[in-house]
Amino acid sequence: MQFRIVIKSEIGKKKRVLIFLGSIIAALIVSGLFLAFLNLNPFQVYIAMLQGSVGSVYRIEQTIIYAIPLIITSLGVAIAFKMKFWNIGAEGQILMGAFMASYFALNYSFLPRFILLLIMFFAGFIGGAVWGIIPAFFRAKWGTNETIITLMMNYVALKWVVYLQYGPWKDPNAFGFPKLANFAKNAVLPELFGVHIGWIIAVLLTIFVYFFLNRSKKGFEIAVLGESAITARDAGINIFRTIIFAMVLSGGICGIVGFIEASGVEQTLTKDITGGVGYTAIIIAWLGALKPQWMVLASFLFAILIQGSSYIQSAFGISAYSAQLLEAIVLFFVLGSDFFTRYKLIIDWPSLLRRTKENGK
Amino acid sequence: MADRSIYVEMKDITKRFGSVIATDHMNFEVAKGEIHALLGENGAGKSTLMNMLSGIYIPDSGHIFIDGKEVRITSPRDALKAGVGMIHQHFKLVDVLTTLENILLGYKTGLFVRKKEQKIKLQQLMEKFQLDVDLDKYVYEMSVGEKQTLEILKTIYRGARILILDEPTAVLTPQETNKLFKIMRRMKEQSCSVIFISHKMNEVMEIADRITVLRKGKTIATLEKESTNPQELTELMVGRPVDLSIKRIPALSDNIVFQVRNLSAVNEEKVEVLKNISFDMYEGEILGVAGIAGSGQKELCEALAGLYPIKQGEIIFKGENLAGKSPKEFITRGISMSFIPEDRLGMGLVANMDIVDNILLKQYHHSKGIMVQRKPAAAKAKEIVKKLEIQTPGIKEPIKNLSGGNIQKVLLGRELDSHPELLITAYPVRGLDINTCLKIYDILNEEKKRGVAILYIAEDLDSLMGLCDRIMVISNGEITGIVDARKATKEQLGLMMLGNKEVHHAV
Amino acid sequence: MITVAFFKAAIIAGIPLLFATLGEIITEKSGHLNLGVEGMMLMGAVIGFQVGYTTNSPLLALLFAAIAGALGALIYAFLTVSLRANQVVSGLALTIFGTGFAGFVGKSLMGMKMTDQFNYFFRDLKIPGLGDIPYLGEIFFNHDIFVYLGYVTAIVLGLYLYNTGKGLNLRAIGENPAAADAASIPITKYKYLHILLGGALCGLGGAYLSLVYVPVWQENITAGRGWIAVALVIFSGWNPYKAIAGAFLFGGLDIIGFRLQGTAIAISQYIFDMAPYVATIVILVLVSLRKSKKNAPPKALSEPYFREER
Repeated sequence: MQFRIVIKSEIGKKKRVLIFLGSIIAALIVSGLFLAFLNLNPFQVYIAMLQGSVGSVYRIEQTIIYAIPLIITSLGVAIAFKMKFWNIGAEGQILMGAFMASYFALNYSFLPRFILLLIMFFAGFIGGAVWGIIPAFFRAKWGTNETIITLMMNYVALKWVVYLQYGPWKDPNAFGFPKLANFAKNAVLPELFGVHIGWIIAVLLTIFVYFFLNRSKKGFEIAVLGESAITARDAGINIFRTIIFAMVLSGGICGIVGFIEASGVEQTLTKDITGGVGYTAIIIAWLGALKPQWMVLASFLFAILIQGSSYIQSAFGISAYSAQLLEAIVLFFVLGSDFFTRYKLIIDWPSLLRRTKENGK
Repeated sequence: MADRSIYVEMKDITKRFGSVIATDHMNFEVAKGEIHALLGENGAGKSTLMNMLSGIYIPDSGHIFIDGKEVRITSPRDALKAGVGMIHQHFKLVDVLTTLENILLGYKTGLFVRKKEQKIKLQQLMEKFQLDVDLDKYVYEMSVGEKQTLEILKTIYRGARILILDEPTAVLTPQETNKLFKIMRRMKEQSCSVIFISHKMNEVMEIADRITVLRKGKTIATLEKESTNPQELTELMVGRPVDLSIKRIPALSDNIVFQVRNLSAVNEEKVEVLKNISFDMYEGEILGVAGIAGSGQKELCEALAGLYPIKQGEIIFKGENLAGKSPKEFITRGISMSFIPEDRLGMGLVANMDIVDNILLKQYHHSKGIMVQRKPAAAKAKEIVKKLEIQTPGIKEPIKNLSGGNIQKVLLGRELDSHPELLITAYPVRGLDINTCLKIYDILNEEKKRGVAILYIAEDLDSLMGLCDRIMVISNGEITGIVDARKATKEQLGLMMLGNKEVHHAV
Repeated sequence: MITVAFFKAAIIAGIPLLFATLGEIITEKSGHLNLGVEGMMLMGAVIGFQVGYTTNSPLLALLFAAIAGALGALIYAFLTVSLRANQVVSGLALTIFGTGFAGFVGKSLMGMKMTDQFNYFFRDLKIPGLGDIPYLGEIFFNHDIFVYLGYVTAIVLGLYLYNTGKGLNLRAIGENPAAADAASIPITKYKYLHILLGGALCGLGGAYLSLVYVPVWQENITAGRGWIAVALVIFSGWNPYKAIAGAFLFGGLDIIGFRLQGTAIAISQYIFDMAPYVATIVILVLVSLRKSKKNAPPKALSEPYFREER
C-alpha cells in the first residue's frame, strides 16, 4: 500500500468554501481542455457564456426566468431529501402540476384573471401533490423503494401529456400539428419588472421553506425521521403521516412549477415543459446542502450555465448538449471534492520506495 | 516461566484519529504460548493497538516485530502472513453465507470451490483445537457463541498463531465463557499466543498469564498475574484508587405501580418473541432484567413503551391499562424508555443533531403552535450538561462528536428530565468507564429514592446483582424466574438465562 | 395478436434490458448502487453506432460500445470507491453526463442508418436442434448472435456468482465488506473490476438498441430503459437467472402498445406506451410486499467502506 487515507479533523467553513471553489475551477479547466480539443478558445467561450447570461438587462431577465423553476423545484425536492426520501420524480410532479393547471386554463378562461390564476395555482399544487403521495404511500406502507417509483412516474406523466398533446387535447386549429391551444390572456401570469411574477412566488416559497425546515414542528419531525426512523418512532412521531405530509408538500411545490412554466413561460402545455428542471434541481438541492439560501445561489449558477450555453450554441455552433456535459463535469468535481473535506491522503514513502526497488530488481 | 521467548513486540506505536491521539508511543510484547490480557477502560487504546497488529489500522509511527523480525503490516492479509489473526467485537461474518463459505472467503481455491476437500481439512483442525461448529449452517441461524467459535476456527484455518480476542465475553453467558476459556487454554497448549482484550477484572484474573494495563493511550505496566491483585489493576487502570462497590438502597414501599399481565408479542416473521410475560413493579424499586443477548430484551422494552405491537396481554400503569395506546400516550403518562444498542446508534438520539435538538425531541410536543421553541430546550441542555458533567465544546455540538459515555449521559439526562414515574433503561452503562458507570448508578439510585420504579436491563451480572432489588431472568422471550438480587448467585442466573426454570426461587 | 411473432419480438426488445440488468446486478453485488445505467447505455449506444458507422465492423462496434460503458462506470467507480462520494448523486450525475455525451456525439449521426453488411451480421441464425422445437424454437432459438450472447452472459454470470470462489468473494464484499477485508480479499480491486464490467454490459445493452434494434441513430434512444433495468434488478432478486425472465417480460410490455396499434382494441398507443413504466411500479410494490432473506439486496449496498472508519 503506497497511499493511505486518514480521517481529517473537522475543518472550518472557510476551508470548505475554498475546496468547493477549487473543484469548480478544476471542472472549468477540464471542460476548457475539452473545448480546446474542439478547436475553441475556452476563455472566449467562458466569457461569452457570461455575456450571454448576464450581459444585458434582457439576458439577465432570461436567466432569472431559467432560475425560477430551478429554485422552486429544488425547494420541493429538498423537503423530501431532508427526510432521506429520494424523490427523483420532480419531472413528473411538474408535468402533472402543469396538466392540472392547464385543465383550468383551457376550460375556465371566462373566470376573472386573479381567480383563475389562483385556481390554477392550487390545481398545480394538487397535481404535483397527488404524484408525490403515490410513492410516499407505498414507501410508508410497505417500504417500497421510492427512487425507482418516482422515476417511473416521470415517464408515466410524460406519456400522459404526450397522449393529451397528440390526442384529446390537440388544438384543432393547429393544422394537424400536435400541440395544444395557447392559453387565453386570463390564464397567463402577469409580469413585474420584466419577468413573470413567478419570481415573487419563488421568493415567498424560499422564505416559507426556510422557516418550515428550520423552525416548524413538522420540519423538525421530517429531519428527525430522515436521520433515524427508529428515533422518530421512539419520540412518538407518526411515521406514516409524516412521510405522506412531506411528499404532499414536496410534490405540491414541484407542481407549482408546472403551473408557473405553463402559465408564465410556455403559455400552454407541452411535453417539453420541464426542460429537465426536475433532474437539475436534484443536483442543486444536493449542492446547496438542502439549505434554501444556498440552493437559490446554486440555482442562479445553473441558470447562468444554461442561458450561457444556449447563447454560445448560436455564437460558436456548440451543441446544446454541451451545457449538460458541462453540468455533469462540474458535478463530478464537486462530488469528488467532498472527499478532501473529510479525508487526508498520505503518501507512504517507505513502502513506495520499497515497492519501486522491488520492481527494479 | 523463565524460558518464555518473545513472539510479538510492538514498539513506540502512535496513532491519531483527527485530533485525538488513540495510542501514544505504546509498547507491548507477547511471549510464545501465553495468554496475555490487555486491560483498560474504554478509550484506553486497547482495540486501536490490536487493530494495528492485525492490519486494520496503520500506525502513524512505530515498529512491530514478530519472531524478532520487523514486519510492516498494512492489511489483514499482511497480518495473517505474519501469523496474526484478530476476532473483533463485531464479528466479521457474512450472514447469508454458511460456515464453510465464510471460512473459504478470500481463500485461493482455484476457479471452482471444492467443498469436500476443504471440509476434511477443517474437521481435522476442529478436532485438534476441540472446536465444535456445523459447517453447513448459515450464519444468520447461529447463536453468538457459535459465531464466535466459527470466527476462531476461521482465523486458525488461515494460519493464525497469534490470536487476538477483542472483548470476547461481553456477549456470552457464563457457561459460554467457560467454553471459550477452554478453547483458549487449548490454544496455549498448542504453543499459540492469545491476546485477550477485556475490562472485566475477574475474567482477566482467571485466564491470563500476564496482564498489560493501558490508560488514555499509554502503556502503564505489564504484570505477572501471580504477583498482582484486582485492586492494584483497577488503580492502574483508572489512575487513582476507586471504591468499586455499588451502593444499594433498600426498596421504599410495597405500592405496586406497574403490572404486566400475560404479555405476548410476535415479530415480523411471526415468531413469538415475548411469551406470556407477567410481573409487578413497586414504587422505588429497581427490577433488573438478565438474559442472553437477543432473548427478547429489546422487544420487552419497546412493548412496555408502546412501541412494539403486542398480540395480547395487559400493561397496567397505576391502574390504567395502556395496551394498544400510542407511544405518545405512554410518554405523557410518565413512562420513559431508553435503550442503548450495541453500536450505540439509533438509541433515541439523532447523531447529526446537536444537544439542543436532541433535548427538543422529547419536548416539542408540549409547546403550543406550529413552530418549535428552541430557547427552553437550550436552557434545559445547559442544565443537563452541567448536572451530569457532560464534556462537550458546547450545546450546539452535534452529538456524534461526543464520546460514547457523554452521548449516553445526554440520553439519560433527557429521559430523567421528563420526570418519569417508570423508567425503563436498557444497557445504560454499556461500554462506559468505571467512573461514569458509578455516576450513572448514583443517578439511578437518586431516582429510586424519589419513588421512581426502574426496570434495569443489563448484560453485566455483577452490576445487576449489586444494584437491583430483584432480578428477572428471561430466556427466549420467556420469564424463567424472578429472584432476590441479594441471594442470587451467578451460576444460578446463568442456568436460568439458558432457559432452566427449575433453579429459581421466587420471591 | 399474441403470437409466436409477438413473443419473439418480446425477446428482442428484452435483450437491451437483459444486458443492462446483468450489468447492474454485478455492480450492486459489489455493494455499489449505480444509477447511471441510462447514461452508460447511451454512451455505449452512441459509441457503438459511431464506430460501427465509421469502420463498418460489428465486432469493433461492440468492443468500443463495451469500452464506452466501462469508461462511464470508471468515472462512477473513481468517485464512489476511491473518493467515497454519495452513490445516488454520482449515479445521477453519470446519467446526466451520458445523456449529454450521447447527444453531443450523436448530433452528426442523427437519422443515419447502419449498412446492410451490419444487418447481415446480425441476421437471425437458427440453432440446429433447439431451433426446431415447435413454437419455442422460433421464439428463443432463431435470433441474431447478440441475443445468444445475452443468454450466455446471464448463465456465465450466474455460475460465476454462485459457483466460483471469486463470485463468493464478490458477494461477501456486497454483504459485509469488513468481513471480506478481514478475509484478505482485495476489496478495491474487486469493486473497480465489477463496476467496470457492469458498465461494459450496460454499454452493450445500449449498443443493441442502436445497432440492431432500431438501427437508426435517434436522440435519447434508450427512453428510460436504463431505469427499468435498475428496477428489474430488484424484481429479479439480484439473481442473473431470474433477470432473464424479467427482461423478457418487460420486453413484451415494451412492444405491446406498438403491436396493439390498428387492432380492435381502441386505446391510444400513447396510453400503452405507459405499460412498462406502470408495470415497473406495480412489480416494485409487489416485491416490497414479499420480503425474504433470499431476495434481499446486498446488505452493504450504497454504504462506502473505509477500513479505518470508526
